[in-house]
Amino acid sequence: MTPPPTQPVPAPADAPQATVPRLATDALTAWYGTSSGVRDVTLAFRENTVTALIGPSGCGKSTLLRSLNRMHELVPGTRVTGRVLLDGYDIYEPGINPIQVRRRIGMVFQRPTPFPTMSIAENVAAGLAVGPRLSRADRAGIVEQALKRAALWDEVKDRLRESPLNLSGGQQQRLCVARTVAPEPEVILLDEPTASLDPSGAAHIEELVQELKREFTVVIVTHNLQQAGRVSDLTAFFYLGELVEVGPTTRIFTAPLKPQTEAYITGRFG
Amino acid sequence: MRGRTARRLVGSAMTGVTYGAAALAILPLAAILGMLILKGAGSVDWNFFTKSAVPVGEPGGGFAHAIVGTLIIVGLACAVGVPIGVATGIFLAEFGGGRFGFTIRFVADVLNGVPSIVIGIFAWTWLVKPMGHFSALAGGCALAVILVPILARTTEEMVRLVPNSLREAALALGYPRWRTSLQVVARTAGAGIVTGCLVAVARVAGETAPLLFTALGNEFFSTRLLGPMAALPLQVYVYAVGPYDEWHRQAWAGALVLIVLVLALSLVARAVVRAKRQHA
Repeated sequence: MTPPPTQPVPAPADAPQATVPRLATDALTAWYGTSSGVRDVTLAFRENTVTALIGPSGCGKSTLLRSLNRMHELVPGTRVTGRVLLDGYDIYEPGINPIQVRRRIGMVFQRPTPFPTMSIAENVAAGLAVGPRLSRADRAGIVEQALKRAALWDEVKDRLRESPLNLSGGQQQRLCVARTVAPEPEVILLDEPTASLDPSGAAHIEELVQELKREFTVVIVTHNLQQAGRVSDLTAFFYLGELVEVGPTTRIFTAPLKPQTEAYITGRFG
Repeated sequence: MRGRTARRLVGSAMTGVTYGAAALAILPLAAILGMLILKGAGSVDWNFFTKSAVPVGEPGGGFAHAIVGTLIIVGLACAVGVPIGVATGIFLAEFGGGRFGFTIRFVADVLNGVPSIVIGIFAWTWLVKPMGHFSALAGGCALAVILVPILARTTEEMVRLVPNSLREAALALGYPRWRTSLQVVARTAGAGIVTGCLVAVARVAGETAPLLFTALGNEFFSTRLLGPMAALPLQVYVYAVGPYDEWHRQAWAGALVLIVLVLALSLVARAVVRAKRQHA
């Protein structure tokens, strides 16, 4: 048992917890046709907490993430069984509109996805366009606020009307974070948000995750164990579509209970 | 190393063949342009653009009525065909996975292959005959029928090029499917769609056959949409088969103007693509 290369930030794993977690899965299974991408996962994501989903490629962590805001079902032939509870209510209940769910659970993808035909400001405001009507001044205020929360404001405040394609990859990804936080979701899902970035871009995003957790429930999928150690409070380890183990990040990295977890974090596979 | 020498020989021979083929392909275009400039450039003067046809023997007639006619008829074709064609293309790319989409795609391909004279006869049967007279409107509709399937397929291709990650990003923001298609996907494909429109317009602007039974042609300047109207290709046709030398000279000039118009549209289309690339 070797300790992780970098000591994780001490995580308040036993901080006061609300009785109902912000987001929770209950016996969630996500199917691709007749095979399941992830099986029978019961997991709670708490407010102001960063939960990292780790595991080797194909272990189902991204599938789980996409099931949390009903993005999984967009792929033809997929379905989900079990429940996903947002504030105690099942988002898969018949009659629930997935569009409404996605407005409350935002998502940032592996590659930056700025809308190329919109300016930087329009990109940030994109999610507001589907919400209630706003005055120009209100919208500008929200855009500024969102860019500040994404630690991008100082870099782009003089070029809000320019194309986002002139930004660096890391800046584009922070722009996507700003776009995600602007409509004030409750939960933010990050699907390997630094996988396509250079180290400094990745460092910016990691710092940002720490900021986001003050206001949101954050779930991050990552391939990078050091990153999970640095940014998360809780870590869930997945293997072959199953949740093997979940616990405070420090504990998972220093004293994993399951042999597969230990094998993975010590670099024996994956 | 005999094998290597033989391979080199075959290699250079084949390269030569491809160069030859390319030259052969360009030759007709160069010949056409050269011939048109040679025979037509002399007759392209100020009168040509400002005056309409004059009686035989009178000097100083021009093609103004035909140029304006072409602009009007092609404009009508765009007004009718572009919205239908682009909307069909977006539908095919975004929602056309099923049997209905397959059918539409098949029909568009068949329509694309229909000889334009057949489309002219079709427009004559359905528009000219019931209305009782030839009209620019019927001509525009006939060209629109040619425009729609070309546009539908090029738009579909352009929309398909939009990466799926953009669709997902919009959907993850809580965009409904239709808003994602229109405000994110179609907008992103915008430059490509515009290019497709320009290329399609260039293609129909030179069509003669469908106009023979519909717009008919007109020796006089007319902007009446419900009456017969001149068009560049029609006027070129009439003058080219006519018996007078002055007509022949003007037909050459008309052909030159037509091809320059089409060429200009293609160049604009390329410029749009290039501007888009630099932007991206």
